[in-house]
Amino acid sequence: MSPSDDPLQQGPDAAGEPLTPGDPPAPNDPLAPKAAPDDSPLLTARGIRKSFGDNEVLRSIDLDVRRGEVVVLIGPSGSGKTTVLRSLNGLETPDGGTISFAGGPELDFAKPLPKGARFALRDRSAMVFQQHNLFPHMTVLQNVIEGPQRVQRLPKAQAIAEASALLDRVGLAEKRDAYPFELSGGQQQRVGIVRALALKPDLLLFDEPTSALDPELVGEVLSVIKELADEGWTMVVVTHELGFARQAADEVLFMDGGVVVERGAPGDIFTRPTEERTRRFLDRILRPMD
Amino acid sequence: MASGWQLFLESFWPIVWGGLSGTIPLALASFVIGLVIALAVALARLSKNRVLSAIGRFYVSVIRGTPLLVQLFVIFYGLPAVGIVIDPWPSAIAAFSLNVGGYAAEIIRAAILSVPKGQWEAGYTIGMSNATTLRRIILPQAARVSVPPLSNTFISLVKDTSLASLILVTELFRVSQEIAAFTQDFMLLYLEAALIYWLFCLALSSGQNALERRLDRYVAQ
Repeated sequence: MSPSDDPLQQGPDAAGEPLTPGDPPAPNDPLAPKAAPDDSPLLTARGIRKSFGDNEVLRSIDLDVRRGEVVVLIGPSGSGKTTVLRSLNGLETPDGGTISFAGGPELDFAKPLPKGARFALRDRSAMVFQQHNLFPHMTVLQNVIEGPQRVQRLPKAQAIAEASALLDRVGLAEKRDAYPFELSGGQQQRVGIVRALALKPDLLLFDEPTSALDPELVGEVLSVIKELADEGWTMVVVTHELGFARQAADEVLFMDGGVVVERGAPGDIFTRPTEERTRRFLDRILRPMD
Repeated sequence: MASGWQLFLESFWPIVWGGLSGTIPLALASFVIGLVIALAVALARLSKNRVLSAIGRFYVSVIRGTPLLVQLFVIFYGLPAVGIVIDPWPSAIAAFSLNVGGYAAEIIRAAILSVPKGQWEAGYTIGMSNATTLRRIILPQAARVSVPPLSNTFISLVKDTSLASLILVTELFRVSQEIAAFTQDFMLLYLEAALIYWLFCLALSSGQNALERRLDRYVAQ
């Protein structure tokens, strides 16, 4: 199927318009982020609201992510963290509010969405799921090149070369012809991360990337994410790993009941939270036996 | 009765040939066309569009709620009354395809639903459209799940094609009927026909096993 056969594929960015003309992706380093951290805003979300039936999961969420920034969302189950993340990737459609990426259109969810709106969001961000959601009928390599080759129309040889380099960087070069079921949970999640990286998104979204892993496998996945953060990738991470948040985050948002209760630098949130709800949540997580 | 064994041997290859030239092509053609119908009906039933989904449900209900023989007779003996005359072979293929379409639609629908929602989302998040995700991600996984029930449908179909003998299609059973009418050895020839159907189905079952093994290569054993 050629791209023109499929009108749904043609989001506003289908032509691959460059975001920041001065910042082309480094061709020889597939792990290098698309844009150097320069503190300019990448993502702006305002007043995001979402209900499932009578259940109001998000009540007006604002979120700003600057290039190269690591934003970590924490909070109890059902607080809406994952719904925020999924909204940014177009997997959920908010009932109201706006989302815009730098250089892209502003999507206003209170109005009918323009055609291809979801593709515009997915063109800019890539998601790493809690349950990795690798394609079980494809090898590791096929999983990684599927998006670049089928959606972004990269020549196969180039897609394979980039995928191989990425797999090598996360220590999975020798697993490229294995099927997902042959990998450990940690390896599967690292492939999930590589599959997202291979799309060269501006923004990486991590939805509790270690929650489904055995405890001894959490470290290998977190260290990959930490490396990516150190290399300047922009990311929004939903996690219960407060140690990771403390080390890697530039900003931490504590969510509860569909609102952002408190936000700030990890040092402030973790050591002197101003809100009672934040304090209680941190206590429960850090001292569960008390 | 001294000639019983001899009659068996002499009639064996003509009946097998009736199967190879009639039964199997009829079943294969009907199955392939039936699968296309089934996929369309399954997608209609899964569609959020209520009209489409109602049409899909209605189709499945009619096909499953009426006997195959009646469907066959309506097409071959009934349609000429309204000016539509169809030859025996196309009539048989039409009836069997429509029938397979109804049954296999439910199998395919269930198989598509059995693929976890996260697989759709993973397809979306790498930028795929609904149609591409269905084709590249969902259907290959649904295929694995649906091989055993679809094989069942195919094997039933192979046997059901014997009904085509009633609309003058020369296939396995009709050949044995013709020989039996001539020699009056009904017991022998019908048991022989049964044996040959069984041999065909044994071959198909081993084909099913091979296909399942192939599709299972990416699943933990």
